[in-house]
Amino acid sequence: MIPAIGMVVGILVGLLFHPTVPVWMQPYLPIAVIAALDAVFGAVRAVLDGIFNDKVFVISFLSNVVVAAFIVFLGDQLGVGSQLSTGVVVVLGIRIFSNVASIRRHLFHA
Amino acid sequence: MSGGATGWRRLVRMGAPRATKANALATVLALLLGFAIVTQVRQTRSEGLDALRQTELVGLLDDVSQRSDRLDKDAAQLRRTRDELVSGGASDREARKAARERLSSLEVLAGTVPAKGPGITITIGDPRHEITDSVLLDALQELRDAGAEAVQIGPVRVVASTYFGTAQDGTVQVDGVGVRPPYRILAIGDPHTMAAAMAIPGGLAENVRQLGGHPTITQSQTIHIDALHSPPAHRYAQPVPTATPTQ
Repeated sequence: MIPAIGMVVGILVGLLFHPTVPVWMQPYLPIAVIAALDAVFGAVRAVLDGIFNDKVFVISFLSNVVVAAFIVFLGDQLGVGSQLSTGVVVVLGIRIFSNVASIRRHLFHA
Repeated sequence: MSGGATGWRRLVRMGAPRATKANALATVLALLLGFAIVTQVRQTRSEGLDALRQTELVGLLDDVSQRSDRLDKDAAQLRRTRDELVSGGASDREARKAARERLSSLEVLAGTVPAKGPGITITIGDPRHEITDSVLLDALQELRDAGAEAVQIGPVRVVASTYFGTAQDGTVQVDGVGVRPPYRILAIGDPHTMAAAMAIPGGLAENVRQLGGHPTITQSQTIHIDALHSPPAHRYAQPVPTATPTQ
């Protein structure tokens, strides 16, 4: 509950302060957001599976973000940045979909 | 249903506030995530070309220059078409103008429109009733020789098919219309030439005087010929199509 409230607060803060993304961060932020969403959905699924662990969540969240940003960075260095970004988004999207499907089965049996 | 209930119960239990360090950390992370989402969404909405990668920019530039090439080609073709249409319109206008000039000269010749211009008026008094249709015919021939372009005798417009005759009571007839003295002839052409042609020895004036008539010839700068001839519809003669006259 508290993390959910934290997210709402974060959204409000973002709406209030009109932050601009620093240039060096611009290629990585969208991918990092997708990776973090993947971690969040994975956490909800773990809660429903009964195997949730706070520490695991924090570590998976951070590692997801870092790895996603690193992959994009690597892609940019190799000249395949946009393709690799697309690949990462596809993979994370598939994971989010499967996690959501699992959550749905737990909550609605459907 | 029991499984679904456990699911919800688990969620609620995990949602309950717990003052652990990891929970606080998770909250911070969630806060950061919300902040990042909003920031990124705003950025995406506001960003123009400056947020694009180099390869994307190159692709975009390529795209734009290709499209501009295509549009240039289109524009050149359209300009060519327009030039053709404009020049075609000009030659059409020329042709129309020439045709209109031809039409008006033919209308004057056929006597279907009124005409005006410099010319002479001939009045022939005939107290002894000696003037015959052949005298008027001679007068017409001499006028034509002198370059008369439009002629009216009495109320009758003289055209190519005009004929002269005499009725049983001796009245001169032009195109079947009785004309009584004094005969009045209007002719458009060079006034000086026509007047001279009427006055030469053996010409109209002398002829008329010998027959006891009184010819009066007046030159003027504006003669109005307003008698009209209505051409009959041709029943037999059909025009033979010829090649279109080139301009």
